[in-house]
Amino acid sequence: MAGDLITTMADLKEKEALEIVQDRLGAGDDPVSILNDARRAMEIVGERFANGEYFIPDLIYSSEILREITEIVKPKLTKEAEVKRLGKVIIGTVAGDIHDIGKDIVTFMLDVNGFEVYDLGVDVPAKEFVKKIKETNAGIVGLSGLLTLTIDSMKETVEAIKAAGLRGKVKIMIGGTPIDEVVRKYTGADAYGPDAMAGVTLAKKWIGGK
Amino acid sequence: MKMEKSPEELYKEREKRVNDAIQLKVPDRVPFFPFTHFFAVKYTGMTFEEAFYDPDKFLAANKKMNMDLEPDLYFPPMFVLNTPGQVLEALDVKVFKWPGHGVSPYHTHQFVEGEYIKADEYDALLKDPSDFLMRTIIPRVCGALEPFTTLPPLRSFRFSYLGIVLNYALYGMPEVGNAFPEAAGAFESVLKAVREMMKWGTSGLAFDQEMRELGFPAVAGGFTGAPFDLFSFVRGMRGSMLDMYRQPDKLLEVMERMLPRVIWAGVTTAKMSGNPGVFMGLHRGTDTFMSTKQFETFYWPTLKRLTLALIDEGLIPFLGWEEKCDQRLEFLTELPKGKVICFFAGKTDVFKAKEILGNTMCIAGNMPISLLQTGTPEQVKDYAKRLIDVVGKDGGFIMSCSSVMDEADPELVKVWADFTKEYGVYR
Repeated sequence: MAGDLITTMADLKEKEALEIVQDRLGAGDDPVSILNDARRAMEIVGERFANGEYFIPDLIYSSEILREITEIVKPKLTKEAEVKRLGKVIIGTVAGDIHDIGKDIVTFMLDVNGFEVYDLGVDVPAKEFVKKIKETNAGIVGLSGLLTLTIDSMKETVEAIKAAGLRGKVKIMIGGTPIDEVVRKYTGADAYGPDAMAGVTLAKKWIGGK
Repeated sequence: MKMEKSPEELYKEREKRVNDAIQLKVPDRVPFFPFTHFFAVKYTGMTFEEAFYDPDKFLAANKKMNMDLEPDLYFPPMFVLNTPGQVLEALDVKVFKWPGHGVSPYHTHQFVEGEYIKADEYDALLKDPSDFLMRTIIPRVCGALEPFTTLPPLRSFRFSYLGIVLNYALYGMPEVGNAFPEAAGAFESVLKAVREMMKWGTSGLAFDQEMRELGFPAVAGGFTGAPFDLFSFVRGMRGSMLDMYRQPDKLLEVMERMLPRVIWAGVTTAKMSGNPGVFMGLHRGTDTFMSTKQFETFYWPTLKRLTLALIDEGLIPFLGWEEKCDQRLEFLTELPKGKVICFFAGKTDVFKAKEILGNTMCIAGNMPISLLQTGTPEQVKDYAKRLIDVVGKDGGFIMSCSSVMDEADPELVKVWADFTKEYGVYR
């Protein structure tokens, strides 16, 4: 008998999880329900990361398992799975910096916590953030940076959003190695998050989730 | 009237100050070590691109900066500009973006994360690491050396008189023989790169000698790193972390095989330089990168043995933790007393570190770079005072900062330097 996909996947048992998926498909199970279970497992992974039980290797591994499951299930899908989203968040590593690890973790955590995330990538010019705000009407912008040069890039990005007349429409959160409350004040952002979970907490507070 | 001290006396005084701090004795005052990195660029108003393509100008900028700041330890410019632009170009290096090549002329070089070793290549790597490095990894990370893939296996260089020539059968094969003109082109790129590196190496060693004559000790002369980090840079973070789950034994075996090489690198570079300090930037073993269990399994064992081996050689390991490592402090107490400098960048709680490590090792770092970049003189002095009062209590502390100073405000840095030297005196 097939075990529980949610638990198995959340416990990062790759082989067993894939076997369960194959068994369930073989038994004629609805592919959408399999993907929903996989999504629920990723939520648990996110919770464990937030609790300090899981770390980057575990997030990477869980994403890899999810990718494999999606690959198996996708050809069988006849309709797209419906996902209810709490709200939209634009995220990116600011101009001048090509590091993506921190940004990717925040993206992961926002995604598993129900946000629709527009990830603009790395070395993102201020005008790209402005363009995306206009295009998506997202209420939250997250700016990431590893290098000390990003302190000024973040300030410039916040200023560009202001100059475009959009500052009142978005909340801006910042994070990364050199970022702290001193930098938050300097850049004019709304909040600074010391870790990925802080980003989720801020987004929920601002968008009116739980 | 007070006599001016000679540079020689100043050198000895600074060296003693630092050694006292390392050996957990109380020095005359808290030593000052600005982790300047590329700060000389901003300090003298040049560009990063100029630093990369006119490295002698970068050295001159460092000299001016050091003469003005008068640090007790200076950060050797060779450690940050280890490969000038001409060399990166000659080899067509793929793993860096550098000023004018993928990043703006006004910003520092950056590493390009990638999977330069694939998941199924462990066996080839372990079978003959030098061959794998030469014919597989190097062609992937240096575009100009791509033809190295066509070289015959290093195993074919046999132990015998005339070693290489005897393999006529091998070189007679068209796929090897015909590839030689291409490989010859690659060797020309190597030659060009080596000539540039020789120029730069000569200038760099002369710089360190000049600094010594002017009275300034360098923080380190040697250079090495933790096996997990070094391997993870080529296997990729994603790859190396997936391997923790999928092929942990092979991952551990690679690090085991790397250990003698990283020890050799640290010992050799330090002994050649005549400076016992061995610099290690530690990247992916910190709190946010992996769990304590993962650290204990994959990161710490080889790093610890590397550190102990360097100490055995009479060297002074500089453990430069690049991010928060509150969860790693207990592990560090396993190291012998008074033999290393532990530099904490990022958001490590150094006040807590003092409690845990105060009797084991010298702590350096922690002046927030945010304050040195955007703060006020008062904020800088207040924080420095707290560091000196708490972490500097009874010695064992070197004043330094929480990140590189590339974008720091020169005026605030001056305030920080002056305050440390004035308030940091042990009375």
